Amino acid sequence: MVDVRVRPSVGEIWAALAEVPDPEMPSVNLVELGIVRDLDWVGPSLRVTITPTFAACPAYEVMGDDIRRRIGQLGVSQVEVLVRHDPPWTSEWITEEARLKLKAAGLAPPPHHRGNLIQVLLDPVACPRCGSTNTSLRNSFGTTPCRMIYTCNDCKEPFEQFKPL
Amino acid sequence: MNDALKQALSAYLIALADDELILGHRDSEWTGHAPILEEDIAFANLALDEIGHARLWYELAADLVGADKARYPDQQVYFRPASGFRCLQLVELPKGDWAFSMLRQYLFDAFEQHCLAGLVTSQHKPLADVAARILNEELYHLRHTRAWVPRLGQGTAESHRRMQAALDELWPYAQGLGAPLPGELESLEARLVPGSSSLFDIWSREVTTFLSESGLQVPPADRNVIADRAVHSEYFGALIADLQQVAQLDPEAQW
Repeated sequence: MVDVRVRPSVGEIWAALAEVPDPEMPSVNLVELGIVRDLDWVGPSLRVTITPTFAACPAYEVMGDDIRRRIGQLGVSQVEVLVRHDPPWTSEWITEEARLKLKAAGLAPPPHHRGNLIQVLLDPVACPRCGSTNTSLRNSFGTTPCRMIYTCNDCKEPFEQFKPL
Repeated sequence: MNDALKQALSAYLIALADDELILGHRDSEWTGHAPILEEDIAFANLALDEIGHARLWYELAADLVGADKARYPDQQVYFRPASGFRCLQLVELPKGDWAFSMLRQYLFDAFEQHCLAGLVTSQHKPLADVAARILNEELYHLRHTRAWVPRLGQGTAESHRRMQAALDELWPYAQGLGAPLPGELESLEARLVPGSSSLFDIWSREVTTFLSESGLQVPPADRNVIADRAVHSEYFGALIADLQQVAQLDPEAQW
């Protein structure tokens, strides 16, 4: 039970959550990916609402554990992690800063699609290493549900892109 | 929504979930066995997605019948007798060769795309939300299978022969997609779900054109239809035994 007088502020909690890395892409955190949607107090318990990127994302239980651990360090022992799919997660929620971090980690960020996913899937994808758009799709699926595999025809390196969704 | 309608819609959702679960199980059998590494990765992802989608449908059904959402999917998957499942025989058939699995995935996903587009406008808001989530993910499935079907259909004499054989075997089973699901008639009347028969007409025209363009001969539709979801194939008992055996060894185990 947390004494209301020593409860961390909402700002402190958001800041702590911004230190929780994505389990599969540790260069970015759960807040800048848009996975953490909401915080609220339900009596003595803090409720953190998350929206996983993909419906079948196998990492969301690990995310819940990581969130509970980090919030626990602020002295909050009761943390409920609620999974919500409404509205569904979209790659449009990834911040510009996180896109730069993804690119620096060798993962092409998802293009902005403004709701028109089919159109954006036809656009060329820039290699995160050399910037060339002379790239080929190798596989619509990758090492996690949210990535797909390309090859750069100029620098000859394979790379993954975070899927637009 | 009254109780009778909740029961009808939950029966519909369980049938949808059963289709995805069993197809996902068959897809997962390719893990470590696909002809090339990329396809190993692709089928593992397809399996993960389908099983994840099944879980969402089971959870929606749990909410409708007042069951514990956290436990209900596992109860349905691991502790229901084979006779209680309502999947189509289309998804039960053994994985066959890679052409067979690829073509089945295409036929199923092409139908599902239309079904999901209908579910997005459901009057049951939680169902419409989940459908919107799944619809975007399924775009990637369809893109993948639509790339491979013509490649295999028109590739080599061997790949063509295998695809044609797969189509001849799958076609009567695929006709089952057009039969109403359990609870569909009541749910359709309440504008909660689309009607399978009208989706089937759209699907039928679309896939017939696409398969023909892929160099395949589409069999006549009225030959034989395998659509009764209460009747399972000879392969289903073994599949369920395989799926459930570990969970049933110790039902109270903590994972």
